[in-house]
Amino acid sequence: MVQSNQRHSEEAVYIYEAPLRIWHWINALAIVVLCVTGYFMGEPLPSVSGEAYDYYIMGYIRWMHFVAGYVVIVGFLFRIYWAFMGNRHAMQIFLIPVWKGWWWKELFHELLWYAMIAKEPKKYAGHNPLAVLTMHLAFVWVLIFLIFTGLALYGEGTGMGTWQYDYFSDWIIPLFGQSQDLHTWHRIGMWVMICFVITHMYVAVREDIMSRQSIISSIVSGWRMYKDSRPMDGHE
Amino acid sequence: MHETFYDVMRRQGITRRSFLKYCSLAAAALGLGPSFVPKIAHAMETKPRIPVLWLHGLECTCCSESFLRSAHPLAKDVILSMISLDYDDTIMAAAGHQAEAIIEETIEKYDGNYILAVEGNAPLNEDGMYCIIGGKPFVEQLRHAASHAKAIVSWGSCASWGCVQAARPNPTRATPTHMVPGIADKPIIKVPGCPPISEVMTAVITYMLTFEKMPELDRQGRPKMFYSQRIHDKCYRRPHFDAGQFVESFDDEGARKGYCLYKVGCKGPTTYNACSTVRWNGGLSFPIQAGHPCIGCSEDGFWDKGSFYERQTNVKGFGIEASADRIGATSAAIVGGAAAVHAAASVVKHMTSKGNQE
Ligand code: HEM
Ligand code: HEM
Ligand code: SF4
Ligand code: SF4
Repeated sequence: MVQSNQRHSEEAVYIYEAPLRIWHWINALAIVVLCVTGYFMGEPLPSVSGEAYDYYIMGYIRWMHFVAGYVVIVGFLFRIYWAFMGNRHAMQIFLIPVWKGWWWKELFHELLWYAMIAKEPKKYAGHNPLAVLTMHLAFVWVLIFLIFTGLALYGEGTGMGTWQYDYFSDWIIPLFGQSQDLHTWHRIGMWVMICFVITHMYVAVREDIMSRQSIISSIVSGWRMYKDSRPMDGHE
Repeated sequence: MHETFYDVMRRQGITRRSFLKYCSLAAAALGLGPSFVPKIAHAMETKPRIPVLWLHGLECTCCSESFLRSAHPLAKDVILSMISLDYDDTIMAAAGHQAEAIIEETIEKYDGNYILAVEGNAPLNEDGMYCIIGGKPFVEQLRHAASHAKAIVSWGSCASWGCVQAARPNPTRATPTHMVPGIADKPIIKVPGCPPISEVMTAVITYMLTFEKMPELDRQGRPKMFYSQRIHDKCYRRPHFDAGQFVESFDDEGARKGYCLYKVGCKGPTTYNACSTVRWNGGLSFPIQAGHPCIGCSEDGFWDKGSFYERQTNVKGFGIEASADRIGATSAAIVGGAAAVHAAASVVKHMTSKGNQE
């Protein structure tokens, strides 16, 4: 049996490579900008008086939304590319090994850990199964949804004949009913994303304190550190 | 020998000068350059006029009323003489059996060649009994006329989307033309609006008669030339929108100054129509110019999107009706609350387990 007082030099693992970390923080910042500007596009700030040419408040809010929108799109395309080019953890949030028995077992264990029944979580290098599941469903797919509906909304402004309109608005608007429904669904998408971010930040802090490994410093430095030196019992 | 449009117009006492004026007007309305004026004139002088059969289902006749109010009196006269409105129960002289006989006559005489203009829609519940024309359900008349037509024009939001009679819960199951089961597979042009703008209606007909083809349609079947942009894209209050100057309530300073109506529910940003360019009543004005937000009358299901005076749509489902923000903020609060409770429980667990270790 491994003794808890023994220290191992291989304890720290380099898991989040620099491109992934940079993507994480740029993406996080852009999404915060998108949520704030998006909210105020639907529920604008109090009206200002004076001459119209002295102000461009909605204009700037919308402009920031579109810039951040494209940052997220380009970033996400890069992230997909990186899923193939990066280390094996880079693929985790895109591909859930649902066909593997151990994955379900470990998911169940993680749920028990969150239900405060299990005494301690397993030790992982990458993301645990519950994290992967949440990131896959509430982040990856929600972001894809927001990107597609966002581009369809953008195409309404650029108009017919532009790629945004022809490849997105043209079929996405009728899919949702009409333009107004599309706005509503894009907005609901934002709230789902906000729910993800709240959960994400909570569990990041919680696991940082309570789990057997480093969490927040890992997405900053890329290194996973461990609080005990018993063997790695999680798969990924 | 078929009569041409020009023959008909001359017979109606329209001078050649007026006729040419109309051709330039039509070209302008269709967004065609001056070089198209002679082409339109030529077509009108040589082509046999195309008969139009105008049927009315469940409707309020606002489309007919709008059509008759075409801005340019000349345009109206020309259009009315141009299309042989062999049957239109609002404006024709015949009535009763005589009138119904005209439909059959037209269908037989111009089999496969007439344009079927549908105003209103067909209720399907109770075998179509909610709309009876000449003793028979309208839906039967519609299917019959459609199967012999060359093309179908769905006038207004009723025929295009369903409009008010199809608003939830749609007790009569009023159904727009293209969704009527068993309707013949004919090209359908949607000209939505409640009502559509008269200039748009006349221009669509003129285009089809002149070029003998359908105007270019978008994926949803609306003529691109009038429905490719939103009200918001060409709204004259748009600078106030971009500046962030809004009417907050209908009696405030902003309302007097003509600020943007977004916050009092303007649906201009989500409504495809030509109001902000073509305007109404001969370019005189349009709802936003009169200080009222656009209610999105040319969009599918605009009755069922909640208040006309709030921008955010109501979402139905799970037995509740609320805006995206109400649903979203509530969910976020629940998630946040759950996290807080979980955090508190975690702290307790952490403390106790630490205690055990020591
Ligand atoms: C809009 C905000 C954010 C979004 C959308 C977001 C999204 C993500 C995603 C998708 C991952 C997975 C990385 C991958 O494998 O590709 C991740 C990881 C991570 N994020 Fe965020 N993030 C956000 C903000 C934050 C913030 C503010 C923190 C700090 C508390 C944070 C801490 C972390 C940590 C610690 C990980 C690594 C988790 C692990 O090691 O299992 N994130 N985030
Ligand atoms: C995390 C991702 C995103 C969030 C949270 C978000 C949020 C929002 C919100 C809340 C609105 C207002 C909806 C309304 O009430 O009408 C909005 C509108 C819009 N979004 Fe996004 N969005 C995101 C991504 C994108 C992307 C990737 C694009 C593409 C460039 C985009 C383009 C637009 C456009 C064009 C509008 C309509 C602007 C207008 O009506 O003036 N969004 N977004
Ligand atoms: S009044 Fe309506 S259509 Fe005009 S700029 Fe404001 S929101 Fe857009
Ligand atoms: S401004 Fe809007 S509501 Fe008014 S007629 Fe035009 S599309 Fe319909």
